[in-house]
Amino acid sequence: MAYLIKGVSILGAEPTDLYISDGVISAPVEGAEVIDATGLVALPGLVDVHTHLREPGREDAETVETGSRAAALGGYTAVCAMANTSPVADTAGVVEQVWRLGREAGLVDVQPIGAVTVGLAGKQMAELGAMATSAANVRIFSDDGFCVADPKLMRRALEYVKAFDGVIAQHAEEPRLTEGAQMHEGEVSTRLGLTGWPAVAEEAIIARDVLLAEHVGSRLHVCHVSTAGSVEVLRQAKARGIRVTAEVTPHHLLLTDELAAGYDPVFKVNPPLRTRTDVEALRQALLDGVIDVVATDHAPHAVQDKECEWAHARPGMLGLETALPIVLSVFGPRWDLIADRMSIAPARIAGLEGHGGDLTQAGTPANLTLVDPAAQRIVDPAELASRSRNTPYAGMTLPGRIVATFLRGEATVLDGKAVK
Amino acid sequence: MAQPRADAPSKIILAGSDLHRVVDRIAHQILEKTSGATGTVLLGIPTRGVPLAHRLAARIHAFEGVEIPVGSLDITLYRDDLRLNATRALGKTELPAGGIDGLRVILVDDVLFSGRSVRAALDALKDLGRPSSVQLAVLVDRGHRQLPIRADYVGKNIPTALSESVKVTLTEIDGADEVKLIGGLK
Amino acid sequence: MIKHLRSAGDLDAATATLILDTAAEMAALSGREVKKLPALRGRTVVNLFYEDSTRTRISFEAAAKRLSADVINFSAKGSSVSKGESLKDTALTLQAMGADAVVIRHSASGAPHRLSNWVDGSVVNAGDGTHEHPTQALLDAYTMRSRLGRLDGLKVAVVGDVLHSRVARSNVLLLSTLGAEVTLVGPPTLIPLDVVAALSKTTKVSYDLDSVLPDSDVVMMLRVQTERMQDSFFPSAREYSRRYGLDVTRMRKLPEHAIVMHPGPMNRGMEIAPEVADSPRSTIVEQVANGVSVRMAVLYLLLGGK
Repeated sequence: MAYLIKGVSILGAEPTDLYISDGVISAPVEGAEVIDATGLVALPGLVDVHTHLREPGREDAETVETGSRAAALGGYTAVCAMANTSPVADTAGVVEQVWRLGREAGLVDVQPIGAVTVGLAGKQMAELGAMATSAANVRIFSDDGFCVADPKLMRRALEYVKAFDGVIAQHAEEPRLTEGAQMHEGEVSTRLGLTGWPAVAEEAIIARDVLLAEHVGSRLHVCHVSTAGSVEVLRQAKARGIRVTAEVTPHHLLLTDELAAGYDPVFKVNPPLRTRTDVEALRQALLDGVIDVVATDHAPHAVQDKECEWAHARPGMLGLETALPIVLSVFGPRWDLIADRMSIAPARIAGLEGHGGDLTQAGTPANLTLVDPAAQRIVDPAELASRSRNTPYAGMTLPGRIVATFLRGEATVLDGKAVK
Repeated sequence: MAQPRADAPSKIILAGSDLHRVVDRIAHQILEKTSGATGTVLLGIPTRGVPLAHRLAARIHAFEGVEIPVGSLDITLYRDDLRLNATRALGKTELPAGGIDGLRVILVDDVLFSGRSVRAALDALKDLGRPSSVQLAVLVDRGHRQLPIRADYVGKNIPTALSESVKVTLTEIDGADEVKLIGGLK
Repeated sequence: MIKHLRSAGDLDAATATLILDTAAEMAALSGREVKKLPALRGRTVVNLFYEDSTRTRISFEAAAKRLSADVINFSAKGSSVSKGESLKDTALTLQAMGADAVVIRHSASGAPHRLSNWVDGSVVNAGDGTHEHPTQALLDAYTMRSRLGRLDGLKVAVVGDVLHSRVARSNVLLLSTLGAEVTLVGPPTLIPLDVVAALSKTTKVSYDLDSVLPDSDVVMMLRVQTERMQDSFFPSAREYSRRYGLDVTRMRKLPEHAIVMHPGPMNRGMEIAPEVADSPRSTIVEQVANGVSVRMAVLYLLLGGK
């Protein structure tokens, strides 16, 4: 299938015609299907380094297929599936299963993340090498949901993955400082009587881990940075030349802890929503490159896990279908920035070749998405493609509509609808 | 019940000394009908029944030197229209030191209309003790009874239309003594 | 009038004063021979208790019954709740039963807020986690007002585990609304850094009980749970008691008129010495009696009208 994307603006540049054939950006070809892209902006397909697809184990909340569809509708062409499934993705068998399910769905590239420790228990290193050399070709390892809290184990993991150019993605949360934690520790938690999750519990682990990474000369990736203090630690680490990358979620760029006031667990997430000061610092850090990427931490949860008491609810929010609109609403149409932080840099961190490519170059794999920046939509949970409904943005009007997405030249989304 | 509008025309029926003469007359009637008001207690129904009860006691004392115990009986919790309106604040219920058991209780209110307030007062009274008899004194009877209730002492009968309302003001509460008929007039 | 009483912060000064005034009338009526009043005849009040608290439950039960409401006690133990039924499903059951008010005690902060999304009736918070206990604050305020004649300008020291105390949160909110000056006293581990910004800008914090007592009209001792020791909030019961317990020597530092309060249940010998708890300054027994009047007032004001 060949496409002519007519009058499209690549990263906000003057409108041009873009041809896709044989899965790559190509020279003009005959008989291409024409897509009128007047007013649309083309971005390299978005890449999410932090997605929870819930399969295997919680297919009532999300499956690889439904999550893939949500991702494609959000403009993504690749997602990295976190390891905290049931069973945990801590063996070659499980990561290959997830990888194969992704291929079968065929909507985005599903790149499994392997667990750092067996069962995410933080005690014994998982068979990282076996996962790396499996068909799934795992490069990112993470116990996300839990912190690799044991400093010795963290050090060893950082060292061990050097053998296959792996990276440890740390969920930075000192567990002793967050026992029973329900939300950001501060004024609002005090008022609401909910046990606080202090910023220092994140900052202390990041500080420790950047020093460990420096000591053993390894790469470190920090998941979902949420505090102004963490930003300062990362800024200094990068200035020292430590090989650390970091992500921020759309929700931490927009929402604050005040939203917990009604005790609606749709706003419960880990790390928790922080203060306005933290939000401002995270935005600046993303602009400065101290934080490298936007990652969704898309975390679907079944209704019964959210329609309950705050303390009993599971933490997490949907993110794939709203990430680009949130980033647009925060930063405006800064397309080069968006392409870098949501596609190019994440593809580089995850080692996903073929994603985050240059759309002006013939031969670049045709992984791209078309956005209508002038469109607005009101977020309706019922309309989301995810199997779950736990979006914190229900009722909000957000800018930008994903019109089409292409994975290796095949349309996964056309006219704003998933092709399959 | 429909209330006349705030800017509806009004007419003063009683004011100042006229109203005082009416209270004096009720006091005389009580003395007459109760053979000197012995064994009698006056219970005012808040809000304006309470100062009226005190005035009656003062006049009776002035005429005959008899001290009649005075109290107040709030009927809010006994009303049958509680759920038809926003929650009402409670008035005071204060019985005289000697209580009401075995005594003649005279309930005092400003306006007798449907009779529902009096029914509520009788219910409230039953939970407070057992008087030997209960009588009713009102400053104004405007008619339109919805229950088989009548007053033993009436200051003034004012025939009214349902669209009208009667407003009593008293110096103790409102700063002036007046009975007004509001609405319905051209 | 408000629809729910989920937080003492729901109450403005006028509404809080109306509740206290109404409670005073209810107290006067409860002295008589026939204690029952007909105001809530035909109304259904459900006591939904996920935590054992006999004293709070019977207080609400007595209040509802004196107002002639039908009372259904729904205890988490031995019901479908203990078999894992969700709060939402329980709420829908109560809704189907026609509950006009649900009085809820729950170990999770915010459970009353959640419940109020799922039932049409009024929700009264009878203690939720470490959040609030607004009727306790109302009965405390009522007790202070009846003993000392006013709340405005009253100096109240709240002593102990503020961090985990729902009583403290509700008291700070309500007393500040009504013009009292609250000082929170305790070890820094138990007084959150943000408490002043979170609850009331006029609240003060002190770590030294002895310096606060001479200038207090009311000292309210909070229950201190010994399991806090295991969590390193303070080293030992003995040290806590020495630094923050109210014994006879400390009580003498209070002005002549000052009163001593405790929401109960007390740890005698820990935060309060038995001689203090039983002294004439202590209002602890009065607080229990006032609880019924205050809860009658709350139920009447929430349910008495349309």
